Amino acid sequence: MMDFLLEPLQYSFIVRALLAAVIVGVVGSILGVYIVLRGMAFLGDAMAHTILPGVVVAFLLGWPLAIGALIMGILTALGIGLLTERTSLKEDTAIGVIFAGLFALGVAMLSTRGNYSIDLAHFLFGNMLGVSPIDLAVTAVLGFVVLLLVYLFYKEFLVLSFDPVLAETLRLPTKFLNYLLLMLIAVTIVVALQVVGVALILAILVIPAASASFLTHRLPSMMVVSAAIGVFSGVTGVYVSYYLNIASGPAVVLVATCVFLLILGLAAIRNRRSVPVITALDMETS
Amino acid sequence: MKRTMSIPHKPDAPALELDDVWVRYTGRLSASNGGPRYALEAITFRVERGERVAVVGPNGAGKSTLFKVIAGTLRADRGRVDIFGHGPAGHICIAYVPQHNQVDWRFPVTVEDVVMMGRVGQIGLLKRPGKADWATVHTALERVGAAELTHTQIGELSGGQQQRAFLARALAQEAELILMDEPLNGLDIPTQEAIIGILDDLRRDGVTVLLATHDLDLAAERFDRIMLLNRRIVAFDQPAAALHADNLLRAYGGHLHQVGESGAILVTDPCCEGE
Repeated sequence: MMDFLLEPLQYSFIVRALLAAVIVGVVGSILGVYIVLRGMAFLGDAMAHTILPGVVVAFLLGWPLAIGALIMGILTALGIGLLTERTSLKEDTAIGVIFAGLFALGVAMLSTRGNYSIDLAHFLFGNMLGVSPIDLAVTAVLGFVVLLLVYLFYKEFLVLSFDPVLAETLRLPTKFLNYLLLMLIAVTIVVALQVVGVALILAILVIPAASASFLTHRLPSMMVVSAAIGVFSGVTGVYVSYYLNIASGPAVVLVATCVFLLILGLAAIRNRRSVPVITALDMETS
Repeated sequence: MKRTMSIPHKPDAPALELDDVWVRYTGRLSASNGGPRYALEAITFRVERGERVAVVGPNGAGKSTLFKVIAGTLRADRGRVDIFGHGPAGHICIAYVPQHNQVDWRFPVTVEDVVMMGRVGQIGLLKRPGKADWATVHTALERVGAAELTHTQIGELSGGQQQRAFLARALAQEAELILMDEPLNGLDIPTQEAIIGILDDLRRDGVTVLLATHDLDLAAERFDRIMLLNRRIVAFDQPAAALHADNLLRAYGGHLHQVGESGAILVTDPCCEGE
């Protein structure tokens, strides 16, 4: 068993992949809790795709990918806000327009390059085994920044997510907090980009948090459980990828999906045994 | 208790004063489909400190809009809104208790967590709740008779317990003006009475309450004044005068029927949630 676990660790690129998977598991799964609770899954998926042109430009110019992604993340958030406020479009329609347009632009720019299909596959599905030491350092720093901000603005994000009207009557800076959350999602997407790729980032943001929601009744414990599931899926995914020789990004996502289905099944069994609790809303029991 | 961020109240200003407030419909279709252009028209009234006012009117009368304007989450297109002598913007002493269907009851928070949210304005950005904040939260829960619910997940609360939790949050917020949007819908009479009993207790501290309801009996029996609202203020008076048949007819129009010869009036109001 120990050999089974230790054998891949003799390769430094596997060690880096594991570390990257751990960081992504923690950061993506914790921020994902807010995405699940606020119903922002579609927006999260859109953000993952709209940053592609920024990432591609940075890639072609040899800049850090994070810079291009952050600029596009900010532009996406502003663009969706503007389209929703200034036109009669609903938010999901506005997201859809920007999502598709920018993703197409990113793919188009990438297609001007010689090794288009390999680059595209890396952006779409991740290139975990190609994580360089510098990539790993950037990932760690960005991940730390996201976690720090989630910690510092914990009670504000909680109020904003549970009761936006209360946030306004308490005169919290709601506009700033909403944009900050969008920025954090953009940074998290950058962090996760190399591990799972644009097409599967949503899985890291949503699946561990959704699994944790079945098991917990308070936000801090939901975050801890979500992070644990994220880390487990990341690490297990790397081993699955190594031994079964399948692409690492999809391996991570498949492990997370299996965990989700397992927890869903257990929750269903538990609920059938206990009495449903939210049916007696109109009766005072005290 | 010390209030860190709210603006000071003028000592002799009324709790609430609106002067010729107009609010346009913000819905995208409203201007083109020939309906009324204003959700609220020419709203002028004042409420003294410690008063308890029932806001009554048919669906679409603008009750929720009125509350949003008072809370400062929606700006009036015209007119002046003063809370304790100042516009709503700087106050953190206004508590809005949401309608049942505006709350995500599956959200992973306990009653204690929800009540602590009321303290967030006082605690201030980047700071954590201190011992004094937890003490305030637990005192608030005791005052509304919900101490045993402290660690209950909110999805497991009954309707009455939900109202107690949100009233405790208003107390933890040190609210001096509480806006309750149809809090008594679907509650049985003993539970309604228990909630009113908590409001009696708050009144002794000078807390002002505006409560939207469809229950004319309750409004008549347990409130100082009744505001009959149908985009305009139809009547704002002591219960007996406010609920005069002429006023009801003007406020409810087609939903009103005279029953028999006695002059009794039946209001058929397609109640309730999601105005």
